Amino acid sequence: MTSILTIVGYGLREALRRKVFAVVLLLTLAFIALYWLANHYAFRDVNSIQPPRGSGIDARTFAGAFIFGLAMFGTLFLGVVLAIFLTLGVVRGDAERGLLQPLIVRPVGRSTLLVARWLGAVAVCAPYVGAVYVGTMLITGLTGHWWPDHVVIPGVELAGGVAVVAAMSLLGSVFLTSTANGIAIFMVFGAGLVSGLLGTIGHALSSHALSHAAKVAAWLIPFEALYQDALREITANTTGLTGFLLNLGPFGGGYTGGATLRLWAAAYLLIVGVVAALAFSRRDL
Amino acid sequence: MSKALAVRGLAKRYGPVEALAGVDLEVGEGELVGLLGPNGAGKSTLVKIACGLVRQSRGDAEICGLRAGSHEARRRIGYLAELFRFPGWYSADEVLELHQKLNGSAGGANERHELLELVGLADARTRRVEEMSKGMQQRLGVAQALVGSPPLLLLDEPTSALDPVGRRTVRTLLEELRRRGTSVLLNSHLLSEIELVCDRVAILLQGRLVAEGSPAELARARGVEIETDEGTRLFEGKGREDVPELVAELVAAGRKVYGVRVLTSTLEETYLEAVGGATS
Repeated sequence: MTSILTIVGYGLREALRRKVFAVVLLLTLAFIALYWLANHYAFRDVNSIQPPRGSGIDARTFAGAFIFGLAMFGTLFLGVVLAIFLTLGVVRGDAERGLLQPLIVRPVGRSTLLVARWLGAVAVCAPYVGAVYVGTMLITGLTGHWWPDHVVIPGVELAGGVAVVAAMSLLGSVFLTSTANGIAIFMVFGAGLVSGLLGTIGHALSSHALSHAAKVAAWLIPFEALYQDALREITANTTGLTGFLLNLGPFGGGYTGGATLRLWAAAYLLIVGVVAALAFSRRDL
Repeated sequence: MSKALAVRGLAKRYGPVEALAGVDLEVGEGELVGLLGPNGAGKSTLVKIACGLVRQSRGDAEICGLRAGSHEARRRIGYLAELFRFPGWYSADEVLELHQKLNGSAGGANERHELLELVGLADARTRRVEEMSKGMQQRLGVAQALVGSPPLLLLDEPTSALDPVGRRTVRTLLEELRRRGTSVLLNSHLLSEIELVCDRVAILLQGRLVAEGSPAELARARGVEIETDEGTRLFEGKGREDVPELVAELVAAGRKVYGVRVLTSTLEETYLEAVGGATS
């Protein structure tokens, strides 16, 4: 336990020292400021929008859910950037730089080191994602007087999605150099988002093939499924034409989710962890 | 009693490359063994197997009777890698503290102070690694390896970045460690250093042990040179033990003997002979 805490502390300190953390913080401040501006203008103008009489469209709910969905995408993206940069070189990258060997010859198991580095990354990324999520929610809520249908679960799912990406990046770091791993994980992340968008289009067009492919992709890389479920949760109680329009996407609604998904995401983390530990245990350094 | 390090039939293949091809080597308690060989001879691979960084293809490696690489075996070693780095934002004291925690050492601040003093870094306790010279970092690496007073030290090129004064510091340190009974496997290219401090030397070539013995044993006799009134004569193949007989024969033959010199090959000559001029 002492070893885990020591390495978590080592990882945390490394995270705080890295310039990427400062860059992400600056970008976040810029993002928050621009997001506030967007909310300000969007909700100022939403009063002038008059949906067709009897359509049942609630313009404020639509604007709020849509713009907050966009914020959730931004939050996930920034969290993923942070998670990848904190973990992309944990094994091969650090071994090539000579940082890993002095640690690994100590009586600390290799799997312990992986778990601790993952915990260290999550300890930075999860609070970060949570803070940005709450911050953007407060901006939308206070500016536009719209609040998500569910508040806690979507935030936890976004943080969970980032934790999944951190685990995937750690697994990649066992096999790939830092640069190759970073590129690979970003591409997987991009592929996940594209598959989610394709799924939304598939649903809009009633294309079973597209929807099915998107669903398979979402379960294969569950950070995407968690993100979709988070989007679904913020408008879980929104019905009628407003709900229908939000489900057309890209920043509202979602078609993959539920308790099974959350269980699968937890199991997925475990599987990725076991594969990474096995691969690391066989790796010559 | 179990040896500090014992490897038997140790072999390692990296794909088609055979880094070690069945090496037997032991390091006794309190013994300082030097490992020599050209680049690619398998020295670093042997050391890495001993500390669990690399898995052998076959053979056994034990640390104090425990399987090399096991949790308990790693508790008993201190290791300085040939290429290593500490996080630049850590101070010297924090590096040692980190390794104390990972090693479960209860030495605290006293141990850290003693180690930094031992490697001549007492004044750099709070200096960050990124502000240290390469030589200082290497000495810090040696101090890190000593955290927890391990019975076996595995040092891979510990003086490669050091200036002559730094090398002397490490040499003195090694002598101090021997005095304390710590076993050391020293992997180095510096023959003079090995010759000065090691009890025994092992020479590796292409993954095989080609010579082993004390520096004196390896530095074989080349002959005896005797200066007489007829000039200087070389008696090839003769050694120190032959001197009284040679001198007696010359005196009996009426020669006047002014001086005797036993010629031995240096470790460098023995090494070059053993590796046949191989460099990598």
